[in-house]
Amino acid sequence: MSTQGNWLYSDKLKEHFMNPKNVLMDIDSYQDDGKGIVGNIKCGDQMVVVIKVDKKKNTITDCKWKTYGCASAIASTSVLSEMVKGMTLEEAYRLSPKDIAKELDGLPEHKIHCSVLGDKALRAAISDYYIRNGMQDKVEKKKAHLVCQCMNITDREIENAVLDGARTYYELQERTKIGTVCGQCKDETLRVLAKYLKKHFS
Amino acid sequence: MAQKLIYMDYNATTPLHPEVKKALAKAMDVFGNPSSLHGFGRRARKLVEEAREKIATFIGAEPDEVIFVGSGSEANNTVLSIFECRSARRECSCIVESRRSIITTSIEHPCILETSKCLEDKGANISYLSADCLGKVNSEELETMITDKTGIVSVMMANNEIGTIQDIKTFVKIAHTHGALFHTDAVQAVGKIPLDVKELDVDFLALSGHKIYGPKGIGALYIKKGVPFCPLIRGGHQEEGRRAGTENTLGIIGLGKAIEMRKKEMKEEEKRLLKLKKVLKEGIEDRIPDVRFNGHPTDCLAGTLNVSFDAAEGEAILLYLDFRGIAVSTGSACASGSLDPSHVLLATGVEAEQAHGSIRISMGRENTIKDVEYILDVLPKVIRKIRDMSTVPTGRKK
Repeated sequence: MSTQGNWLYSDKLKEHFMNPKNVLMDIDSYQDDGKGIVGNIKCGDQMVVVIKVDKKKNTITDCKWKTYGCASAIASTSVLSEMVKGMTLEEAYRLSPKDIAKELDGLPEHKIHCSVLGDKALRAAISDYYIRNGMQDKVEKKKAHLVCQCMNITDREIENAVLDGARTYYELQERTKIGTVCGQCKDETLRVLAKYLKKHFS
Repeated sequence: MAQKLIYMDYNATTPLHPEVKKALAKAMDVFGNPSSLHGFGRRARKLVEEAREKIATFIGAEPDEVIFVGSGSEANNTVLSIFECRSARRECSCIVESRRSIITTSIEHPCILETSKCLEDKGANISYLSADCLGKVNSEELETMITDKTGIVSVMMANNEIGTIQDIKTFVKIAHTHGALFHTDAVQAVGKIPLDVKELDVDFLALSGHKIYGPKGIGALYIKKGVPFCPLIRGGHQEEGRRAGTENTLGIIGLGKAIEMRKKEMKEEEKRLLKLKKVLKEGIEDRIPDVRFNGHPTDCLAGTLNVSFDAAEGEAILLYLDFRGIAVSTGSACASGSLDPSHVLLATGVEAEQAHGSIRISMGRENTIKDVEYILDVLPKVIRKIRDMSTVPTGRKK
């Protein structure tokens, strides 16, 4: 029972928020096979995800986490830590914020940003595992593509801005200053913007 | 088991005072247009003017110096917008061309800050006074900032987030010495601390109904006789041409009653809230390590307590408390949809990571010592739970 009649969040999210699963309580003694830390307290959220891996089957056997973050960050990482158990590293690496939001029966749009952190940290943990085990070649290095020459803005920065809440060209400009000098990149920016809006929010 | 529901977010809004409810119920059938000449209209007009008189008397103004508006935000928007008016219409008595610069502060409510930014986009020159770590705006800075181009200085009387009360008189004197007008956003102050517009010598003052147990959607603006003015909403003779639109009769009656009740209860309530806040503050200090209180220790609204918890994020605190039936607010970000921490806390020098972990507890007339005891029971558990999950170490955990 809460003071609000209608929660902003689904019952499933609420359950994971109230009773978070797989919280990493013993960070010093936990024997992880891979560890990822992302975010920054100054921005209001930080996430640590650790995994244990069955090296023969190439699957995740355990996943624990810790966060400085809001309700959505707590709940989405809690649900993520349940989802990935038993998954192969490749499957887990491909999980997107959309998959997590779906598992949580939806997430308010402006909270998508908070759920991004969990899967980012998970990918960092998987990459860490690969590096520790001499599989550097498996670490995906997505090459960023430069869109705005004047302000030096890449497609990855556009994607991050979209996940942070930018929905329109104007909002994108407010956040990144993209296209604020010569403006020649506007058409391409609009295409990239539409692509990521579709990827994350359609 | 029915769970306790405790409301501690009175700076956001307040429940209607029982006497306001009665007054509204009584007036429910007064539907006449106050501008109509017939009996239906005259009856509504009488009630509107009675309310105006109550409000004017309460703040020390003449009744014709008070106009009704739709909200505190509208009142504030109206005042700043005067300084972009270049119309020569009858209802505008605009300011001289050379005095269009505005000085305000970095800790104002968004309705002042956003309006200022919008005016800046249109070419206005706006400067922002800084505040110290207790939330006091720097009046010496005003001395250096003010010029013969400054049209108006706008400083809020009491801050909504941290409760700090400004020494308005000092700012008014400086503004007037340099020939500028003075406005104060007193939405959080009217009905909570004593004030008199003539004694303060302000030129404009904004107030709102729903912060003082009155209805939502009603506010008032004090406009000193003879100062330049230009309406934000045009197209009617209401409020002597200063605010068009048929009067919100019920809202006005409710606001009048709310003010009348404030006059009776304000002083006692302040004493009571100060006691409650003392217990609350000391209780938090005793039970929870690594906390920091924001705002001024004494020049502060009686019911307002803003506190930062290391290693805990504000929205998570808010929602765990909500789940236990306690309603507070957060200046932090996530809740409001933006990701930036409170501009007020940042302006008073609170570190971003602490600002993210802040909540505002604002108490009012229905809170009791039992409520304080309940939150003091729940809050330490909530903070412990969050800190156990947190990536940020606290002194406690060492």
